[in-house]
Amino acid sequence: MIVDKIKKREPTAKRMQNKVDIPVGKWVKCDKCKEIIYKETLRENLSICPNCGGYFRMHINKRLESIIDEGTYKKFDFNIDTTNPLNLDDYPKKLKSLREKTGIQEAVSSGIGKINGEEVVICVMDSGFLMGSMGIVVGEKITYSIEKAIELKLPIIIFCVSGGARMQEGIISLMQMAKTTSAIEKLNEAGLLYISVLTDPTYGGVTASFASLADIILAEPGAMIGFAGQRVIEQTIGEELPEGFQTAEFLLEHGFIDKIVERKDLKNTLAKLIELNRN
Amino acid sequence: MDAWDRVEIARNPKRKTSLDYIEKIFDEFIELHGDRQFKDDKAIVCGLARIGKQNFTVIAEQKGRTTKENIERNFGMPNPESYRKGIRFMKQAEKFHRPVITFIDTKGAYPGIGAEERGQGEAIASSMLQMASLTVPTISIIIGEGSSGGALALGLGNKVIMLENAIYSILSPEGYASILWKDSSRAKEAAEKMKLTAKDLKELKVIDKIIKEPKYNIDVLKNSKDIDSDSKKIEESNTSLSINESENLKENVITQEESFIKVSEDLKKEILKTIKEYSKKSPQEIKEERYQKFRNMGEYQII
Repeated sequence: MIVDKIKKREPTAKRMQNKVDIPVGKWVKCDKCKEIIYKETLRENLSICPNCGGYFRMHINKRLESIIDEGTYKKFDFNIDTTNPLNLDDYPKKLKSLREKTGIQEAVSSGIGKINGEEVVICVMDSGFLMGSMGIVVGEKITYSIEKAIELKLPIIIFCVSGGARMQEGIISLMQMAKTTSAIEKLNEAGLLYISVLTDPTYGGVTASFASLADIILAEPGAMIGFAGQRVIEQTIGEELPEGFQTAEFLLEHGFIDKIVERKDLKNTLAKLIELNRN
Repeated sequence: MDAWDRVEIARNPKRKTSLDYIEKIFDEFIELHGDRQFKDDKAIVCGLARIGKQNFTVIAEQKGRTTKENIERNFGMPNPESYRKGIRFMKQAEKFHRPVITFIDTKGAYPGIGAEERGQGEAIASSMLQMASLTVPTISIIIGEGSSGGALALGLGNKVIMLENAIYSILSPEGYASILWKDSSRAKEAAEKMKLTAKDLKELKVIDKIIKEPKYNIDVLKNSKDIDSDSKKIEESNTSLSINESENLKENVITQEESFIKVSEDLKKEILKTIKEYSKKSPQEIKEERYQKFRNMGEYQII
C-alpha cells in the first residue's frame, strides 16, 4: 500500500531532483539506498538518511536552524522581486506557484544571526526554488548581504546550492556574476572574512563567481560541484566521465576546496574558523 | 534582420577575429605567452600594444582562422590556463598603470574533464575579481560571440563596446533552448527571446556603445567560400532583384574587407576617446565607477 503511494509520487519527487525534503506526504525515498524513510525521522537527523548516511538537500529554514543559534536569526528587511527582463509569459506564474509550494520567496534567504555566539551575516540558498538559480533577486540579495557585512564589519557565510545562472532572466542573470564578484572585491578591501559552504549541487555561474571566491571554501561530503554540467561535458568530449568526477572529494584532491565537513560538524567548524580568523 | 541572422553572422567562420582587429587598431602589438603555472593556452591571446604614445595591455579571446589554427586554439574555447594568463597580464597592467583592452569572442569556456580538474569555475571567477580590482581603465569589446561566463570573465569593462552584429548572452541559443524547453532545435526561437543583440543589450544597459557595421549581404557572406568571391556573388545575387532594390542594395553593400577597415577605425576612435575621458579620473574613481555600473545591473521591484 505505502509502496504503491510512493510509486505514484515518484514523478513529482523526480522533478524536485529526488532529494528535496519538501513537506508533501509523510514518507520519502532515499535517492542513494532507495530506503523509504519517515519524514519526521529525516528532519530530526539533519536531513541525512538514517540508513545509508546519504545527504538530502536542505530547506532554507532547516539549514538556518542547524547553523544559527536559536532565536538569533534576523532576516534582512529587504524583500524584492524580479522585473522579468526577458518578458517571458509563463515566468511570473511559475514563480508564484513555486512560492506557494515551497513557502519561500526566492532561492536565497539572508540575514544576521549568531553561530555559537559569533555574529555573522549569512546567506542560504535553496535548491527547491528553480534549482537555486541566480537571477536578479539572488544576485541582488547576495550583493546586499556582502555590503551589509562591510557596513557592520561582520564575517559573511554563504551556503551555496545552485544550477547556475537563471535562464529565465537571460543576460541579466549572467551579469549577477559580475555584480556579486565586484562586491567580493569590496569585501576583500575591507579585510573581512568570507566562508562559502558548497552543497549539492553547486554549478555554473555560481561556481564561476562568489562560490569560488571565499577565503575559506568548505563542502559537504559527496556534493556535486563544477562549472560545466556533466551532460554537456559528455556530449562535448564523447566519452564517459570518470568515477567520482566533480564530487567534493574530487575538488579537494585537485586543490579547489579547503575542507570537507560533515553536516553535523558544520556549525562548530564555522564557529571555530571565525574564532581563528579574528585579528 | 532578426536575432537569428545576427547569431549566424556572429558565428560566421569568416568573421574577423581578435588578432585581425588588434593588428588593424594598434600601431604595434607584441604577443606574450603563458600563465606561468601550467601552460600557454592559445584560446586567449595576451600582449602589449600601442597607439601613438599610449600603451595598452591586450587580452583577447581568439578563434582560429583556419581549421589548423582552430584546433590549436580549441575553437576559441578557453581552458582555465587562458584565464590565468589573462589575470597575470591584468596584474601587470595595474603595476605599470596601463589601460586594459579585452576582446570577447567565444562560444564559452571549454567544458572538458581537464578544465574541471584545473578549476574552470575558479579561473573565471578570479578573472572577474581581478578585473573588478583594477584601478586602470578597462574596455571590453564584444566582436563576435559572447557566450556565458567564458565571455564575461573578460567583460568587466569600464566601457563595454559591442559590434552591431555581435551577440552576448547567458548561453548559446541551443543551450538555452535545451535547458529551458528540453529541445535544442528551438534555438532560433530562443535567440529571439534572449535579448542577445547589441540593440537589446544597449537598452538593458548591459553594454555602453554599439559600433555600427556597414551592411553587407548576409546570404552572400553565409555562402561565400573566400573573401575575394564576395563582391562577385553580390553582383550575381543582385541580378535577381528589381532595379530599385538592386540599386538600393548596391549602395549599402560593401565587401567584408571594407567593412572591417571601417569598423576597426571606429573602434580605434572609441578606444582613444574613452582613454581620454578616463585620463581625467583618479584610480579610485575609475574603480568605483566600474563597481557602480555592475552593481546596478538588474532592475528589481520592492515588494
